[in-house]
Order: sequence, then structure tokens, then C-alpha cells
Amino acid sequence: MKKSVFFGALAATTLVAGLAGAATLDDVKARGELLCGSNTGLTGFGAPDASGNWAGFDVDLCRAVAAAVLGDANKVKFVPTTGETRFTALQSGEVDLLVRNSTWTSSRDSELALDFVAVNYYDGQGFMVKKDLGVSSAKELDGATVCIQTGTTTELNLADFFKQNNISYQPVTVSDDSEAQRQYLAGACDAYTTDASGLAASRATMPDAENHVILPEIISKEPLGPVVRHGDNNWGDVVRWTYYALLIAEEKGVTSANVEEVLASTTDEEVKRLLGASGDMGAKFGLDNDAFKRSIAAVGNYGEIFSRNIGEGTTINLARGLNALWTQGGLQYAPPFR
Amino acid sequence: MTMATDAPKDGFRLSMLVYDTRYRSYTIQIVVLVLFALAVAWLLNNTVQNLAARGKEFNFGFLWQRAGYDIGQQLIPYNNDDNHFRALLIGLLNTIVVAIFGCIFATILGVIIGVLRLSKNWLVSRLMTIYVEMFRNVPLLLWILLSYVILSEVTPQPRDFRVTDEMVAAGEEPAASMMLFDTVAVTNRGTNIPSALFERGLGKLDLGFVSLNLDFWAILAVLAASVFINLRIIRSARATQEATGVRPVTWWKSILVLFVPVIALIVAMGFHLDIPTLQGFNFQGGILVAHSFTALLIALTLYTAAFIAEIVRAGIQAISRGQSEAAFALGLRPNRTMNLIILPQALRVIIPPLISQYLNLTKNTSLGIAVSYLDLRGTLGGITLNQTGRELECMLLMMLIYLSISLMISAVMNMYNNSVQLKAR
Repeated sequence: MKKSVFFGALAATTLVAGLAGAATLDDVKARGELLCGSNTGLTGFGAPDASGNWAGFDVDLCRAVAAAVLGDANKVKFVPTTGETRFTALQSGEVDLLVRNSTWTSSRDSELALDFVAVNYYDGQGFMVKKDLGVSSAKELDGATVCIQTGTTTELNLADFFKQNNISYQPVTVSDDSEAQRQYLAGACDAYTTDASGLAASRATMPDAENHVILPEIISKEPLGPVVRHGDNNWGDVVRWTYYALLIAEEKGVTSANVEEVLASTTDEEVKRLLGASGDMGAKFGLDNDAFKRSIAAVGNYGEIFSRNIGEGTTINLARGLNALWTQGGLQYAPPFR
Repeated sequence: MTMATDAPKDGFRLSMLVYDTRYRSYTIQIVVLVLFALAVAWLLNNTVQNLAARGKEFNFGFLWQRAGYDIGQQLIPYNNDDNHFRALLIGLLNTIVVAIFGCIFATILGVIIGVLRLSKNWLVSRLMTIYVEMFRNVPLLLWILLSYVILSEVTPQPRDFRVTDEMVAAGEEPAASMMLFDTVAVTNRGTNIPSALFERGLGKLDLGFVSLNLDFWAILAVLAASVFINLRIIRSARATQEATGVRPVTWWKSILVLFVPVIALIVAMGFHLDIPTLQGFNFQGGILVAHSFTALLIALTLYTAAFIAEIVRAGIQAISRGQSEAAFALGLRPNRTMNLIILPQALRVIIPPLISQYLNLTKNTSLGIAVSYLDLRGTLGGITLNQTGRELECMLLMMLIYLSISLMISAVMNMYNNSVQLKAR
């Protein structure tokens, strides 16, 4: 008798905990802070600067979500995660949202019970070698020692690539970017492989960046994007549409600088809906009506975020390429905001 | 007895469970047991509920899926088409090989240092004290990282070995050269040592699960037979000595029996060395002993040897001075006194704590992850866990395996301990 009461209570508690866990949006609002899973430090994408403020391409998306949900882009706590710990951190509720160069794959979507809500960077895996190695193609890497970060899709792609080309390699499996970079610079491996954007970011921090070359082969598709827990669709929608709002803003020419002017003068109905001047689109997500306007004002549109953190002219120096808007021949395309 | 028979027979009251000393201990034990069972049930229930809430089920089916990743050091053949279970086995073998070598080297080094620490030579004993204090008071992880960094930073890159035509024309020497008659190359990635090849080898016996290298097993069988025959020779020599007082000369028989058959077999199979040569980026051929393995082994050996040295010193000091004094009185020299009188007795004190050092060493191999050594922790608990997302299953399986290894080491060492213990008379 006692026992069944005990287990009943237990089941009820677990159920309540489960329900509470499902409504991430309410949790974030109640907490007044967004917990965002970030990189341990990848320049340009997510890394703390000298004074400890997080900055980067992925970091700005977290800030945009915080601005939309909480009204303040600084109400974010960045939780550094490694390739190994990131999904566990998200599943266990340690973070509300993971924006950390994570590749969208079917098994992560299904088996790991995660939801990738968008692709904020279309990437592919590449190789970096020292210039004096005299290698101009990844297919010349037969017998090479390759440094690779564990817990990522890259180690599987690497194995597939070498097998398909019928060449051999010696893997050196390291746990994070900085260790991979140290080993690569020390000459413990001939080539370093990760997402091409990551290679560019790594190279930017090297003292002799001009002596390293990124090989032309891109051996995989790496759509990187924000991840939320499976089963909380409303929260997924909030993150997805915050991201799309940034894309639409770029498409419509709305920037952090001119957002107020545009709001006052625009005749475009979609921009009005986006900025909360007409309709109740924000409320449908459980947010304020001007939630997305706050995001754009805080971090700028997608193009601004890109060029500020990783675009041409920065140390990372990446071209828009696949990440240009669809109107400019890229893949970045937002569904209509209505 | 009279107390018991005089006990009131007016039945059992519930309050007796608490106030009667005959029942109280049972009551407490049962209550604690129930609470413990409830705690375990709560934990299990919690786990099951949480797994269910996340849409995960508890099963080990992932072990039979394709692994898809490569492993640098493999003692049995493996490629990325094999399943996760095979990758687990590779990792397990890597764990075991470093643990076995570590235990052997640490024991040898530890015994030497422990004995030398008791040396009457002031300098030697102080040096050994410094060694012990230095190694056991710094975390093992730091020693592993230090040996790895030293190995990979001070050794030349493979391309430093390269000799180009221009260099030959200019009469220049390459920046680095191979050692031991050009058979061993130490690069900043690992040590390339020659491997044995057989022209007329016996091939491999494929058992489906593992394929046995018949050359290796044939040599092992011949060696075992030789050692066995050698033991018979020594035993018969001892019997002759006890019967007649004269020990027959056996050393040439031993050499004959121990070496000739193996050499004959090796020559018959067409033995030659596969010497590593620089091709492309790395040395090809031979065996590559990666620095991650060497660094881990060196650090584990040096660190554990410091503890073993202390155990050995304690064991020796536990033997009363009268033993060595008696031996000296009989005219035994100090080193024979140590080998024949002190160490055999000290072993009884040494072995039990030595077991826990072996267990520590074995478990400490999991720190190899810091230098990218793919042992059990690196394969099952690292890449497999990450690629499949089965944290609970992988961790439980890994704990179970480490537990089994430790229990096996304990069992073997306890058997040895029983064999050297004083027999009760």
C-alpha cells in the first residue's frame, strides 16, 4: 500500500518534471536568462574575447533569440561544450539551445531525439596542410597522418573519403580544436581536417597563417545549425523563426541601424508584420509582437552578422558562397512571414 | 540456557521488535534493507522514466552497427566497415596491452628503486628518495602529457629523414637518420620498428571471429616446448646433484634446447625483417608504435614504480634484522642475502598492496584519452558513445569491462599470494 503510494508520487513527480521540461519557452522567461550551448572557443563562430564577452556568428544567433524572448540580447549565459558533451548537455536540459557548428544528420535528428530547426551555415569538410608539404589535392594524401576531432561527423566522412579513393591514412584522434591545432602545428600530423569554416577560423589564429593552405576538396555536406530538444515544437518554432526573421531582414534591407526608420516609413506588408507593426505574428509564438524587431535591432540581419564575424575583411575571411541569399545565388531562403 | 527456557511464553508483541534486544538487530537490518531496495528501485525507475521521456530505449543493438571510424593502433585487423563491437575489442586490447607492459615494467623498476632506496650509499638512496617523492606527488595526467610533449617535440619530422638527389649531389646529410643499423626510425609521430616477415609462412587460420597468425602460434608452441624440456633438464640435474653431490654441466644443453629449435623454425619459414622506409608522408612497412602508446606506457611505469618502490621498501623493512644478521653470520654476501633470504619473505608483505597498484595502473590507462590513445575509453566510451548517442549503455558496459579486468587481476594475484604465503603448519 505504502509502496504503491510512493511509486505513484514518484511517477507524478517525474511526469510534472517532464512537462516542465517540455515548455522551454516558459522556463526561459521564468529564468530571465537563455542558456545557450556554445563552442569552447572557435574564433569567429563562438569564442569569448579578451574581456570575457562572447562574440561570433553562432553567438549572435543566441543573442537574437534572447532579444526576441527576453527583450535583452545580453541575457544569455553561454555554456561551453565540446564535440563530445554538446548533445548530452542539450538533452539533459543543461542548455535551452545549442548553436555550435553542429551538423544536421538524420541519426542526430532521429536517434538522438534532437531537432535541427534551421541551417545557419552551409559548410563542408576540408583539409588544411602546410604549404611546404607540396600537396595540392586531398587525393595526394595517401599515407598521411591526419588530425581529427572526435565526436563529430568529420571522422566518419574522413574514413569514407579515404576508402572511396582507395588511399590510406593514419588517424590522430583529438578531443577539441585547440588540441588539434597544437598537434598540427607541432607537425604530429600532416593534415588537419574539419569543416572548411572551422579550418579558416583555425588558420586565422595561427601566427604564420600564410604558410597554411586549405585544399580545394570539400568532401562532405555539413549543414550547421541551431539545435533544440525533440518534442518541444513551440520552442523550436521560436528559434527557427528568429533565425528566419534575420534572413528576411537581410532580404528586405532592414539592418540594425535603420530598423526604426524602416518601421516608420515602410509600405511592405511583410516587413510590417516582421517588425510587429501589423498583425499579431509575435503573439502566435508566445512572444511580444515586436520580438523580432528587437532581435534585428540587437544583432543586425543575417548579412550583418556574417560580415561582422566571419565575412571577407575579417581574420576568418570567408566568402558568402552557399550562404548568400537565394536572391543572390545562395541557399539561404526563408519561408514567407505571414 | 536457563534464561532462554525461562523466557515468558505469552506470545509475541510488536513492540518487542524495537525494545527486545533479541529482535532489535533484525528489525534494524530489515528496515535498512528495505530502504536500500527502495533507493535502488527509485534510481532505476527514475532512469527508465527519463529514458522513456526522451524517447530512448535501453538496448545494446548499436554494438552490431557499422562503426565507420578508423583506429590508429590495432592489434587485430579492423577497418571502418567493422561493427562497434569489433571497435570495442580493439580498444580493449589496446587497454590490456598497455596495462600488461605497464605492470611488468613498473614492477621491475619499482623493485630496483625500492631496494636501492635502502642502499647504504648515501647518494644512491637520496636519489631514489627524490625519484619517489617527485613521481608520486605529481598527478599522473601531467606525467602523461609531459612525456607525450617531450616525445613529439624533440623528435624529427618524417621528412627530415628524406634524402633527395640534390642533397646527394651536394654531399649533404639529411637532418635526421635512422638508428640501430638503419632499422628503427623515431619520428615525432611514433617509433617505426621492423617487423618479422616469413617467406614460407604458415598463413592464417580464419576462425571467422578472429584470424590466427599461425607463424606466431607455431613459434610460441616451439618456445613453450623448449622451456618445458629445459625445466626437465634442470630438474634431472638437481636430482643427480641431490643423489650424488655432483651437479652435471647443463648450460650447453639448455642453450641447445632453448635456441636451436626456434631458430631452425624461423629459418625454415624464411625469416626476414620488414624494415620501415620513408615513402610519401610517413615511414611505411614495419610496425608503428605511436607516441601516444609510448608516452602512456612511460608515464604509467614511472608513476606506478614510485608507489611499488615504497611497497617494496616497506616489505623489506618488515623483515626483522635478525634474518639478515643470521645470513651474514653464515657468510652470505649482501646481494645473496637479499635474493635468498629477505626478498622471498618480504614478498608476503609486498603482494597484497601490489595488487592494488596493478589495479590502479590498469584503471589509469583510461587517461590515455589525453594523448589520443584509443583504448577502451577512447573507442567504446569515446567515439562509439558519441556517434551512437548511447551514453548509458556505453558507460555501463565500460564499467562492467573494467570491473571484470580488475577482478581477474585480483583473482590471479590472490592465487599467487596464496602460493607464497606461509603455509600453516
